[in-house]
Amino acid sequence: MLTVTNVKKQFDGTEILKGVSLSVNKGDVIAIIGQSGGGKTTLLRCMNFLETADSGTMEFDGETFDLAHISKKEIARIRAKTAFVFQNYNLFRNKTALQNVTLGLTAARRMPKAEAEKIGRAALEKVGLGDKWASYPNALSGGQQQRVAIARALATDPEIIYFDEPTSALDPELTGEVLSVMRDLAEEGMTMLVVTHELGFARNVSSKVIFIENGAVVEEGPSAQVFENPRQERTSAFLRSILQHEKE
Amino acid sequence: MSERLIGILLESFPKMLLPGLTMTIPLTAISFSLALVIAVIAAMIQVAKVPVLKQLVRFYIWVIRGTPLLVQLYVIFFGLPNLGIILEPFPTAVLVFSVNEGAYCAETVRAAIESVPQGQMEAGACVGMSWLQTMWHVVLPQAFRTAFPSLSNSLISLLKDTSLAANITVMEMFMVTQRIASRYYEHLALYIEVALVYLLFCTVLTKLQAVCEKKLATYGF
Repeated sequence: MLTVTNVKKQFDGTEILKGVSLSVNKGDVIAIIGQSGGGKTTLLRCMNFLETADSGTMEFDGETFDLAHISKKEIARIRAKTAFVFQNYNLFRNKTALQNVTLGLTAARRMPKAEAEKIGRAALEKVGLGDKWASYPNALSGGQQQRVAIARALATDPEIIYFDEPTSALDPELTGEVLSVMRDLAEEGMTMLVVTHELGFARNVSSKVIFIENGAVVEEGPSAQVFENPRQERTSAFLRSILQHEKE
Repeated sequence: MSERLIGILLESFPKMLLPGLTMTIPLTAISFSLALVIAVIAAMIQVAKVPVLKQLVRFYIWVIRGTPLLVQLYVIFFGLPNLGIILEPFPTAVLVFSVNEGAYCAETVRAAIESVPQGQMEAGACVGMSWLQTMWHVVLPQAFRTAFPSLSNSLISLLKDTSLAANITVMEMFMVTQRIASRYYEHLALYIEVALVYLLFCTVLTKLQAVCEKKLATYGF
C-alpha cells in the first residue's frame, strides 16, 4: 500500500536520514524504535511532507511520487488519505474537542456540519471522550488531549495513521489510556506507523518493528523476532539499555 | 467660575458632543476597520513570505511609520491637488488614517501570528486544510486574542488622532471646539472641556476592551 525508498534528509549539513526505505501493507502496525535523534521523527515528518526530503520516492496506492519535488496538489491528495498524531497533540487551541475533530471535514472536505458532527461525536465516543465534546483543549488532561487528537485522525477515515511518539509528552500514569486506544485501533485492523519509545507497545501490539539508528535502518522484522532474537548486535544493545533503564 | 463661563461650557457641551458622535466616532470606526483589513493582509503576506509583495509591504510600513501623520494628511489633501487630484476632506481623512494605522497594526498582527505555535499550522495541514484555511480557522483567531490589547491601544490612539483632521477642514469635534473658543475667547476652559469629552470616549473604549478580553479568555490558552 505504501512504500518509501531511499529517503535522505540533512539539516545544516548534518545527515539525519541516510537513505531509509520501508514498506507498509494494509493492516500493518509498524513500530519504529531507536534512540532520540536517530531520525525516526524526521522520517515520519518527511513522509507526511511536514519536512521536504532531499531525495527519495514514495509509492502510495499505486502512484509514485518524488519526495523532493512533489507538488502541493499531490501532497494534498496524499494527505487526504493519511492522518498524523503529534507528540504534543497540537489540538487547535481555539476549538472545542468536537470542533477539533470536525474541522478537517467541514473546512477541508466541505462536508455539511450536521454530518461532520455525527462522525465527530462517534470518533470521540470511540476514544472514550463522548462527554467531553464541548471542552476546550486547555480544560483536558494530556491523555485526553491526545485521545482527541486520535479522534481527529480517525474522523477523516484515513488509510494510514502516523503516530509521532504519541505518549512521550505524557505523564507515565496517562500513557495507558492512549496506548489502550491505539491497541483497540490495531485490533480493528487500522494501518498504523508508530514512532515510539514504548517497547511494550512495540512488542505486544505492533506486527512489525523497525529499528533505526543514526539515520539508517539497522534491523526490521516481525516484533517477536526482533525482540526475542535480534540479528544485529546493535539492536540487542539498544533493547538491553532500554529494558535496563525501565527496570531502574 | 463665573456664571457666564458655566453658561458657555454647558451650551458648548452638546455642540462638541454632536460632531463627536457624528464625525469623530464614524471617522475612527471606518478608518480602524479598514486599517484592520490592511493589517491582516499585510501581515499574512509577510508571514507567507510572498515574493515581491513582501518587499512592497515592508516598504509601505517603512514609509508610513517613518513620516508624520500630519504630514501625510497635508500631502494628500493640500499636495495632490497639484497633480489635479482633489479629494474631499472626509474621504481624505479616512484614507490617511486607515493607511497609517494599517501599517502599525500590520506589525502587531504579524507578531501575533508568529506567536502562534508552528504545530497549529502543521496540524491543520495534516487534517487536509490548506494554508489559508488553517490561517482563517485556527491561526488568525488565536493571533487576534494575542493582538487584542495592542490593537485596542491603536484604536484609542486613533480616536484622539482624528483631531488632526481639523487641519484639513473636517468638521470634527476639535475643529468645532476651536471655533467656539475663538468666538467666546475662553480657550482654557473650552479646550479642557473637549479634552474631557475625548477622555469620556476613551474611557468607554477602555471598558469595552476589558469586557472583550474577558470573553476572549474562554479558550484559556
